Amino acid sequence: MITAVARLGGLVVAGLEDMGRLAVFTGRVAAALVLPPARLRAFVDEVYKLGVLSLVIIGVSGFAVGMVLGLQGYNTLVRFGATNSLGAVVGLSLIRELGPVLTALLATGRAGSATAAEIGTMVATEQLDGLRMMAVDPVHLVVMPRAAAMVVVMPLLTALFVVMGLAGGYVVGVHLMGVDAGAYMGSLENAVDFRDDVLGCGLKAVVFGVLVGLVATFRGYTSAPTSAGVSTATTTTVVVASVSILIVDYFITALWGV
Amino acid sequence: MADAPHVHMRHVRMAFGGRVVFGDLSCAFERGRVSVVLGGSGSGKSTMLKLIAGLVRPVAGDVLVDGEDVTRLGERALGRVRRKLGMMFQGGALLDSLSVFDNLAFPLHEHRALAEPAIGEAVHRRLRDVGLEGVDALLPGQLSGGMTKRVALARALMMDPVILLCDEPFSGLDPISQRRVEDLLLRVNREQQITMIVVSHHIPSTVRMADHVVLLLPERAVEGSPEALLESEDAHVRAFMREEDVTTDAALEVHP
Repeated sequence: MITAVARLGGLVVAGLEDMGRLAVFTGRVAAALVLPPARLRAFVDEVYKLGVLSLVIIGVSGFAVGMVLGLQGYNTLVRFGATNSLGAVVGLSLIRELGPVLTALLATGRAGSATAAEIGTMVATEQLDGLRMMAVDPVHLVVMPRAAAMVVVMPLLTALFVVMGLAGGYVVGVHLMGVDAGAYMGSLENAVDFRDDVLGCGLKAVVFGVLVGLVATFRGYTSAPTSAGVSTATTTTVVVASVSILIVDYFITALWGV
Repeated sequence: MADAPHVHMRHVRMAFGGRVVFGDLSCAFERGRVSVVLGGSGSGKSTMLKLIAGLVRPVAGDVLVDGEDVTRLGERALGRVRRKLGMMFQGGALLDSLSVFDNLAFPLHEHRALAEPAIGEAVHRRLRDVGLEGVDALLPGQLSGGMTKRVALARALMMDPVILLCDEPFSGLDPISQRRVEDLLLRVNREQQITMIVVSHHIPSTVRMADHVVLLLPERAVEGSPEALLESEDAHVRAFMREEDVTTDAALEVHP
């Protein structure tokens, strides 16, 4: 019994220490954002790697989710004779919830894990120590551009996901199920409020971008300098970021009604 | 100040978790000399270099580098000290996304306001120094072990350090490449009067190049000239040398 309590206490202390280290790390990344030199070249490279290389997976996933939403929405609405509201159902579901959450989860799996693995490999091969020996702060050169790029690309990827989802819902609803095209677009336009829905979607995307960017870079940066350490950093990035996204999503929705 | 050791470790205690690496280590490295740190696997040779570079902090004790105690400096102040240091890592630690040229040009881009032609000239001069030409565009992954070591040495020298730290520069190299790296280090020391601290477990190279040897034994360190260590009465020192299968006469024969 005492052993179990001690073990539980140890886990809590380790968790708190981890959160403390993450807080200090976040402060260092924030400071690196404003300290010269601006790492524009590295930032643009990361936007390409994290954003452009994720376009296909986000676009295809968004379209597929939109198609499913269109089909499920039609099958439900047809019972009430309200199929003309299909655009509103697909649009609100995507913009308020599914767009930012699923994009963040996909970005975590595709870009977050890659970021953690890349930085973890740099730790294992002493590249970060090499930078320190050249009097270059690895947080400034390696971490900050990746975290900042994640914050910038997340809203853009979310927008792509939503647009592709709306297109997928349109294809299924209008072309397969015979919903009137004007009704689909009209209900979508009437239901979606720019301030509450679209800006709320953007807020969630930015918060998720910060979350994924910090978790991925922190896990990579603090990984053990071994191949097992890189593997653990990658796995924990996906697990911690995914669970955090779902929990934070609830609080944003509850507090801001988004 | 000029007579003080260039690097001085005083009563250093170092541990990783519960594993004690050094209990109470003191040793000094004189200015302009080639010092070789010997010791078995896990004796803390690489940790010693990382302590000098401020990459890890000891549990207790001081590490004075050119008069500054690196154990008490923050990251920014450490950056200032590290500009005096060059470090050749065991695996090279080259940035794998950059070409050989960009790896060497990187510290100059970061710290010196030089025009591109001047940077190009400096990079090519260093590559010639280490006997490499025509490798500018290659990525680190495309280099052989010996080439990686030489590029790592060239990068460590780019900022004209006053202290050069070399972690196992001969490991994984064939005898010819070993000798080439060894000659290179000696030439750099002779021409630029750089204080060199070389971690190795290769006794013949040590005897050929060292002015001063620090042998890390369990719970203590033994210092002296290579000849003194080879002829030591200390049973532990003799045992280390015998395990390396080198006799005093044979080793001293190749000493220049």
